[in-house]
Amino acid sequence: MTKSIAGSTSALSRRQMLKGTAAAAGAAIGSGAITGFPTIWAQNIKNVTLRQFGTGVSNLNALAEKVKEDLGFTLQMTSLDSDAVTQRAVTQPKSYDIADIEYWICKKIFPASVLQPMDVTKIKYFDKIVPIFVSGKLTPESTIAQGTAPHSVSFVEGKDSKTFAKQPTQWMTLIPTIYNADTLGIRPDLVGRPITSWKDLIDPAFKGKASILNIPSIGIMDAAMVCEAMGEVKYGDKGNMTKEEIDKTIKVLTDAKKAGQFRAFWKTFDESVNLMASGEVVIQSMWSPAVAAVRAKGIACKYQPLKEGYRAWGGGLGLAKHLSGLELDAAYEYINWYLSGWAGAYLNRQGYYSAVLDTAKQHMSEDEWGFWMEGKPAQKDILSPEGKVMEKAGAVRDGGSFQERMGRVACWNAVMDEDRYMVRKWNEFIAA
Amino acid sequence: MSATALPPTGTTARAARGGVRRRRLRIAPYLQAAPLVLTLLVFLVVPIVTIAVVSFWDYDAVRVIPDFVLTNYEELLGSAVTWKTYLNTLRYAALAWAITLPVGFAVAYFLAFHVRTVTWQMVLFLVCTVPFWTSNIIRMISWIPFLGRNGLLNRALIDLGVVDHPLEFLLFSDFSVVLAFVHLYTLFMVVPIFNAMMRIDRALIEAARDAGANGQQILWNVILPLTKPGIAIGSIFVVTLVMGDFITVRLMSGGQSASVGLMIANEISLLHYPAAAANAVVLLVLVMMMVVAMLRIVDIRKEL
Repeated sequence: MTKSIAGSTSALSRRQMLKGTAAAAGAAIGSGAITGFPTIWAQNIKNVTLRQFGTGVSNLNALAEKVKEDLGFTLQMTSLDSDAVTQRAVTQPKSYDIADIEYWICKKIFPASVLQPMDVTKIKYFDKIVPIFVSGKLTPESTIAQGTAPHSVSFVEGKDSKTFAKQPTQWMTLIPTIYNADTLGIRPDLVGRPITSWKDLIDPAFKGKASILNIPSIGIMDAAMVCEAMGEVKYGDKGNMTKEEIDKTIKVLTDAKKAGQFRAFWKTFDESVNLMASGEVVIQSMWSPAVAAVRAKGIACKYQPLKEGYRAWGGGLGLAKHLSGLELDAAYEYINWYLSGWAGAYLNRQGYYSAVLDTAKQHMSEDEWGFWMEGKPAQKDILSPEGKVMEKAGAVRDGGSFQERMGRVACWNAVMDEDRYMVRKWNEFIAA
Repeated sequence: MSATALPPTGTTARAARGGVRRRRLRIAPYLQAAPLVLTLLVFLVVPIVTIAVVSFWDYDAVRVIPDFVLTNYEELLGSAVTWKTYLNTLRYAALAWAITLPVGFAVAYFLAFHVRTVTWQMVLFLVCTVPFWTSNIIRMISWIPFLGRNGLLNRALIDLGVVDHPLEFLLFSDFSVVLAFVHLYTLFMVVPIFNAMMRIDRALIEAARDAGANGQQILWNVILPLTKPGIAIGSIFVVTLVMGDFITVRLMSGGQSASVGLMIANEISLLHYPAAAANAVVLLVLVMMMVVAMLRIVDIRKEL
């Protein structure tokens, strides 16, 4: 060995590389061949690799590591932004086994026949999934919010059906992973007055210091919340606007833009964090972990609850159409594991909500549960899943408890019937 | 072997070989060109034809529907936003070109005529390329903390008492977009101009001087005409890069300005492929016309 290195380094490294490639090819052939044979699953599950892709928020390597440890098979994660997720899901259905997508994207994707629905009888904790995703109502009394409410795209009529069912059926499209209620983020040290309403986003007092997110299907919702709060536009359904409603909303935005209201528009998580942390912006649409990221830099940032309520979103895991046999069994195993608590607790600790709360609670301390889910002041420092201090003892979560936050959802992220028209109008606003 | 026997054998052999060579010659050029033709066919012609074909298709929220409709072009060309966006993109291209040209020319001129030794020329030329060792997105993003409201420049200006409140136009504005373009693309102007200048026969300059021309006249009447091909190539680089850009405009304008590339990127991200394809075809035609116009002014091939 030593001799050959001394003799010819390049030859050796080339040979090593060839060996490596051959091994990889062998592994690939091996894993591909598995699906073809009826095998005893316990012996072969270790060879299964499930490829999952989704947005960065829930594609966490910690989950993949824990899956390997608990279930024995490999979960490969790819993170993309939400536009790329939609594209990949529709245009490259063979490139993934599990799609981690948002519910409003699901409305676009599922009719494209790239996913298969899941048999709820194989899902152990199905009965414990938060009812928002099943009946649409958090409590029996609550009203269903506008937009693409998750339950409306959660079920299909049958195994091979593409039409969404009005009532829960045996066939579920997505198993919810994470969801949250979004609102405006503010810099309490710089806004100089209490913020109570969505309309504060385009208050001239914050001229040149406001921002809105430039993902049309979500940005238009924030805009609609603003316009409705101002009393400028009345909507039948903010999640499914008419052309006229779209025109009016875009006009309000365009006027504000022309008056110099916005400092920038953001598209990615990092951009929103930087805008806020650098003080370029003092009020903007924001996502919960972005607020946490700003605070982690030691900069005051508040996820301000507003009187009109929240704009909510949710994501879930869907199975690719091509999954079958052992890989399909592994996917079900993975989903059951996902709902069994460890993952839920991990996600709850990041400030999201998980699908099955009972199991997650068992994996969280009483203090953690009190802080994240019940709106109680933290007894001790609240740590992130990686062990970093997120909140000091005594802090209370912005917006309060799970019931207070998810119970005040005004609208879900949505895809509209007039989607194409809306996008064109949104582009006009950006170009204005 | 006798000496007389040799020539005829040699001649016949040569003749025979010549025949084979002539026959081979007919195929050989095609074979030699084949790899390039194939590469261009597969990686250039086929994709462009595909884009052109898709631009006539129909689409909805998720699907692209093979069809022959003109709605993509109608919606594109019939919208005031398109025209505004194209004008804005052209404006960026014009501004970037108008600044990179003199800057690039000056740098190339300095390198070619003021730096005496070839070693130093090469060293300084390499120094020019140093920023290219990092990704252009990183080079672009570094402007953001520098130009921001609480950025280094504004801090410095306020501390020096030059201004009393931060200059807002520095970031997320047309200023920052054009600044980034100039920063990113000046080298594309420097390289071809420098190359053209290095090919100028120094005797010509001596001759001009002997004939009584002053420095300005030499620059204007000798160097400038001879570097025209370099200027044309540099201009083509800069203009086509700016016309097709989307990330610089998005990051440096804070998403507040539009460019054609950004418009196409948005359409692609929303799965509106046919609309994006139609837009790409229009952009391609426009850029081709611009390049042809530039080549009309300077015949690169003749002067290379």
